[in-house]
Amino acid sequence: MVKIKVISRSVDEYTRERSQDLQRVFHNFDPSLRPMEKAVEYQRALTSAKLEKIFARPFVGAMDGHRDGISCMAKNPNYLKGIFSASMDGDIRLWDIATRRTVCQFPGHRGSVRGLTVSTDGNVLVSCGTDSTVRLWNVPRPSLEDSDTSSEKSIEPSAVYVGKNAFWAVDHQFERDLFATTGAQLDIWNHNRSQPVQSYQWGTDTVISVRFNPGEPDILAASAGDRSITIYDLRMSIPARKIIMMTKTNSIAWNPMEPMNLTAANEDGNCYSFDGRKMDEAKCVHKDHVSAVMDIDFSPTGREFVTGSYDRSVRIFPYNGGHSREIYHTKRMQRVFCVKYSCDATYVLSGSDDTNIRLWKAKASEQLGVILPREQRKHEYNEAVKNRYKHLPEIKRIVRHRHLPKPIHKATLESRAMNDAKRKKDAKRKAHSAPGSVVTVPLRKRRIIKEVE
Amino acid sequence: MEVNTEDNNVMEKVLLPDEQEIDVELEAKEKKYLRGEGANLELLKDKKLKSQLASREKIYGKSAKYAAKIEKWLLPASAGYLETEGLEKTWRVKQTDIAKEVDILSSRKQYDIVLPDLGPYKVDFTASGRHMLAGGRKGHLALVDMMNMKLIREIQVGETVRDVAFLQDEDLFAAAQKKYAYIYKSNGAEAHCLKESGPVTRLRYLKNHFLLASVNKIGQLRFQDTTNGSMEASIRTGKGRTDVMEVNPYNNVVALGHSGGTVTMWTPKMQAPLFQMRCHPGPVSSVAFHPNGHLMATSGKERKIKIWDLRKYEEIQTIHGFHAKTLSFSQKGLLAAGTGSFVQVLGDSSSGSSHNYSRYMNHSMVKGYQIEKLMFRPYEDVLGIGHSMGWSSILIPGSGEPNFDSWVANPFETLKQKREKQIHSLLDKLPPETVMLDPSKIGAMRPARRKEKPTRGEIEAEKELAIEAAKSTELKNKTKGRNKPSKRTRKKKELVESAKRSFPAQEHSAASKKRRIGEEEAAELPASLKRFARKK
Repeated sequence: MVKIKVISRSVDEYTRERSQDLQRVFHNFDPSLRPMEKAVEYQRALTSAKLEKIFARPFVGAMDGHRDGISCMAKNPNYLKGIFSASMDGDIRLWDIATRRTVCQFPGHRGSVRGLTVSTDGNVLVSCGTDSTVRLWNVPRPSLEDSDTSSEKSIEPSAVYVGKNAFWAVDHQFERDLFATTGAQLDIWNHNRSQPVQSYQWGTDTVISVRFNPGEPDILAASAGDRSITIYDLRMSIPARKIIMMTKTNSIAWNPMEPMNLTAANEDGNCYSFDGRKMDEAKCVHKDHVSAVMDIDFSPTGREFVTGSYDRSVRIFPYNGGHSREIYHTKRMQRVFCVKYSCDATYVLSGSDDTNIRLWKAKASEQLGVILPREQRKHEYNEAVKNRYKHLPEIKRIVRHRHLPKPIHKATLESRAMNDAKRKKDAKRKAHSAPGSVVTVPLRKRRIIKEVE
Repeated sequence: MEVNTEDNNVMEKVLLPDEQEIDVELEAKEKKYLRGEGANLELLKDKKLKSQLASREKIYGKSAKYAAKIEKWLLPASAGYLETEGLEKTWRVKQTDIAKEVDILSSRKQYDIVLPDLGPYKVDFTASGRHMLAGGRKGHLALVDMMNMKLIREIQVGETVRDVAFLQDEDLFAAAQKKYAYIYKSNGAEAHCLKESGPVTRLRYLKNHFLLASVNKIGQLRFQDTTNGSMEASIRTGKGRTDVMEVNPYNNVVALGHSGGTVTMWTPKMQAPLFQMRCHPGPVSSVAFHPNGHLMATSGKERKIKIWDLRKYEEIQTIHGFHAKTLSFSQKGLLAAGTGSFVQVLGDSSSGSSHNYSRYMNHSMVKGYQIEKLMFRPYEDVLGIGHSMGWSSILIPGSGEPNFDSWVANPFETLKQKREKQIHSLLDKLPPETVMLDPSKIGAMRPARRKEKPTRGEIEAEKELAIEAAKSTELKNKTKGRNKPSKRTRKKKELVESAKRSFPAQEHSAASKKRRIGEEEAAELPASLKRFARKK
């Protein structure tokens, strides 16, 4: 008895019944049906790397209105579309990011505004400045018609507290209602008291920045003009720990996802990531800026942070990477004094000396707007193949390439030459000395002078 | 995919209680989808890289498992077969017997088209097996839709047609005619005349690269890009006229069979063949490649078919007493050989990695028909035969892949799907450099090759050779006293000296040995002085 079967396909089984139905599709993952699959995959990776470059248009728009350089910004943690900004002439504004218009103004400061912060519930805005005042403002509730009209409201401060010295920075506690100002010393304030509830002083130098820990509400980090980074605990009457570095730290940001880690934006152009419990050595040094880093802000995902620098550029770093993944610059952007990562991790805002706030995409080639599931899958596939072949020279070159402004490019080359020469010299010195007599200190430790408990 | 796996688990419990057996079967299938061994992570010192690679390997393993499960449970069709019991032999089963057993739809796939005046015919199928192109020697070109057996277009070009080939899909096809090769659209309009390639004898299309390979009467192999018309390569093979050309589907390397009995492999980026094999003592009459690219079948005029392993470049099997004018491998690895009016299909009877081809089916056509070309229809159990009196089609159970992938080759493709695929295949077009013997090397690291230092003995031997060569040089006859014996000896001495000088002396005098510093002391030295320390 012969048993015979041949492949037989009826058209009905393999096509749709009605024209409204979806087309039937069939999968067979057999590798032998797809010859040259690795070459095809590499080609796709190459294409997606090139497409990423083509679609890299990070600049979304500028928000102009201030009449002096932007000194500081604050995000409203309770309202995604709003951003507060303050300028050197004492002007504070609330912006609607979607329309890129001023929603309202907060007049009152007489000198430059140095610090701006919003309470966690988003109701109270705290500002401080060189006119030695701390002002508290009630934030207007966002309403639908507000965003459309161009009428700019003015708001009166709900409280004005006068201090003895100029204030340099302010930050609000997470969850509770304390805030900290810095200046000649670090002051802790309550919303309802006209005097600080607590003051800390360690050394005589001005404290220039302060940031509360997002995980532990009583812990805050501050940097001072004596090149120190100090960690304070509000439950103790004296500061907890302090390190002194070779150069001043301009700003500090805590990692919101790993709240024991903080990153310091330093005057020497590097950012240093520290473990707050073990400050004698940086965990990672983020190099790329060629001039002082003025401000730093973490993405809410904790995987990236954005920095603004005196070299007129904004960079985005991975939290554990030594070099930046992205640089943003335009011809008209001047020294960047403040940067913020938006609360949905999609945008980056930079405020600079040229009185503009600029809005950038966090991923330069990201497609904005509603994305269909098929598009989303395609983007994910492209990302995956690019990631798979990122080590190959052609793809690496395309993905890494960034156009730099000439001054930054030149300064990079120069500093590289200097570093190389220094390293070579050190290596030679070590080679010609008795073993063990010359110790190479890693960069993670080299810039730290001492740790004081 | 997640939904499917849940279903799988349920089915597994209901259908087969012997789970171990299933596991063994799935493991064997997984191997295919893993595409080779994973990286050896034990050797890595970089912890970060190690963990990254480990997680990636995990994903690969998982997806291979999914694919194996899908193959086991979810594929809609199963392969054809022809099984006999007892003394019955598979090759005794005739086409008429098969026609009785199979359904009406399949029995319609057996037919003969008799066109006595225009043959012999060459046939070609599209990758999905939906369309067939037949080209008669006397200038008859016919494009047929095989699904509903409709003739889409036939044209009479009015001159000799030596070969036909589909390009990317049925929209365009190429024909090698008397003086030039031409490209036609599916409606019969002439799209291009490839004047540069001259009188072409064979045409083949490299699908991933969009290259049309052609070999002409004077043995020139040309690769022409069909997207922009540029000539990617024009190679003079220097082996004379040939009409045996085949593309290895695994790596798109082009094989030519020559009258001297050699088979040569070519890529667009090299003017010389990648390698040449002497396969037969007489002319090679046909070459065919297994779809996995590891097996090659050749036939020679000396009535032998040989099967070669292309990984080891050695012969696996010789089948005697059969002169095949044309050979063709099916998707499942059956080998069809045609000569005169007789077709023999050979099957791989051994299991596992070794190969043993023995006869599987026979088919005799009407006496006097001369078979010109055999080609298995993809995704069907059908063998297309082009012969001197038209073309025929017979059923070979178990030859085709039963399950197609809609994104690779879809016989039921709609117009919209076709358009989309055209765009995607253009985006995935490969550059001609990717035609190489082992395409899995792309994206892999080249192992670091240590530069070997010649040993002292080798240097000595080389020096001896150079001195000998210097001594044995014939000096020219000079005039004006410069040919004196003393001058000649001096000249020779100089030559020897210079030969010696090109090898630096390797002397190790006792004095220099003494100055060397012992190993114990070396530990206390600065790094710059360590190179003077003695090495053991």
